[in-house]
Amino acid sequence: MTRSTLRIGAGAGFSGDRIEPALDLIEHGDLDYLAFECLAERTIGLAQAARAADPQAGFDPLLEARMRRALPLAAPRGVRIVTNMGAANTLGAARKVTEIARELGLSGYRTAAVTGDDVLDLVLAGDYPLIDRPGTSRDLGDAIVSANAYLGAQGIVMALEQGADTVITGRVCDPALFLGPLAHELDWSFDDHAMMGQGTVIGHLLECAGQVCGGYFADPGVKDVPDLARLGFPYADVCRDGVAILGKLAGSGGRIDTATVKEQLLYEILDPAAYLQADVSADFRDVRIEQVGPDRVRVSGGMGRAAPQKLKVSIAYHDGYVGEGQISYAGPGAAARGRLAIEIIRERLKIIGAQVEELRCDLIGMDAVDRRGAGGDPADVRVRIAARTSCAKSATAIGAEVEALYTNGPMGGGGVTRSVRQVLAVASTLIARELVAPRVHLEIA
Amino acid sequence: MAEILRDIAHVRTGDKGDISQIAVFALRDADYLRVLAAVTPERVAAHLPGLRPRLIRRYELPALAAVNLVLEGALQGGVTRSLSLDAHGKTLGAQLLDLPLLPE
Repeated sequence: MTRSTLRIGAGAGFSGDRIEPALDLIEHGDLDYLAFECLAERTIGLAQAARAADPQAGFDPLLEARMRRALPLAAPRGVRIVTNMGAANTLGAARKVTEIARELGLSGYRTAAVTGDDVLDLVLAGDYPLIDRPGTSRDLGDAIVSANAYLGAQGIVMALEQGADTVITGRVCDPALFLGPLAHELDWSFDDHAMMGQGTVIGHLLECAGQVCGGYFADPGVKDVPDLARLGFPYADVCRDGVAILGKLAGSGGRIDTATVKEQLLYEILDPAAYLQADVSADFRDVRIEQVGPDRVRVSGGMGRAAPQKLKVSIAYHDGYVGEGQISYAGPGAAARGRLAIEIIRERLKIIGAQVEELRCDLIGMDAVDRRGAGGDPADVRVRIAARTSCAKSATAIGAEVEALYTNGPMGGGGVTRSVRQVLAVASTLIARELVAPRVHLEIA
Repeated sequence: MAEILRDIAHVRTGDKGDISQIAVFALRDADYLRVLAAVTPERVAAHLPGLRPRLIRRYELPALAAVNLVLEGALQGGVTRSLSLDAHGKTLGAQLLDLPLLPE
């Protein structure tokens, strides 16, 4: 039987998010569903690399920690969980959750893996134009690590229809983690573009968890947010007609009001008339946001049109190394000594013949993130040298040269740090949706 | 003292690939037209001379008293490639807050 309203909460806005607010929501939030969004753009590439080293790995490293604490609270209350923590090993993640459920004595607990997003073989076999830069997938050659299509919510609905208590996906459009349960429970048709649009608005508002509750918002004296150390995560009460009321637990930190909701509505949106998803092209222009009580905001008016013909695909690929070194200067003339240090490093890199493809030299505290050219002498500056290189040896040389400034550079340099990292970059392409189909695999504890 | 954007608006910054996106919201609906006048692509580009985006698109959202600025090619290749300390460009919106307002 279709219910008249559904309460769905957000348990994580990124892979490393706080765990307690999700547990609080399960325990005290009277939820029907909780969704954990844990997959950033290059996470799957990193996970694929982890899986190459260990076939049992490749899902979210915090999956076990989260599920060990969430399942004992969620299972007895009938709170169903949806998450993209499957990353590059969705089946392995479902097996791990089932193993945890068995250990917890949750006999019969059903965990579904939704697969089908991995299109690496298709991409390697073809030649796909990149959409965010010139060139094609073939130009990336054997540097490609992973290729995953952004699936919609249909695979999640299929899993829920099979009675899954927890649904694990790999790459899906983030709002789909919420749209799936909404469509399943409130009987929304995927052909109903308006409902898909409004469901996408709701999912988009929830997917970053704490951000709609006043996270990433505080500006003391102008936009104050109470108790960010105990920031609550949000939930939405969604009616069959799509109207939603956002809320958070009484006593949790943060605030939900028209300002926090508006900011989150447009977060990472390009054209608000066409937010492209696998299930819909959502239109945010006429969304209405109304305060209906303390920390209660009503959201309606999301619209949509037919989804694009093609699905977006993220390709992760090895892109050389980045070597970095930092050193600080303070006192009168600090900025001048920082600039001298940069001059010395530029010269040194030429002398030693470091193979540098791109070099960036910053004075942290002056121009490292500032793009206004604000100027002014700060109390201290930190020189930061970062270089892209094709080999690890040249990357290592960056930090070594900065470290040598201790005894060979300007007066009073301190606190050197250095690092080398392998770069996993992401490019995007499009793939015909007929080539991609979600599949559901059910594991029962 | 000269008024700045921070007096009448709040901002939220996001990123997508090599695109930075700064949404600007009037604190009071009555100030929406002043916000629109302040954040033209030309004025935004001039206020952030170190950014040099390829293109700035602007989407007006009167129902939300908001305007969305989409700065293409602003992130040195985007978060997965950029050598910038703030590869996401998360600090950019805040840097727009001292943009001077035009006189009423």
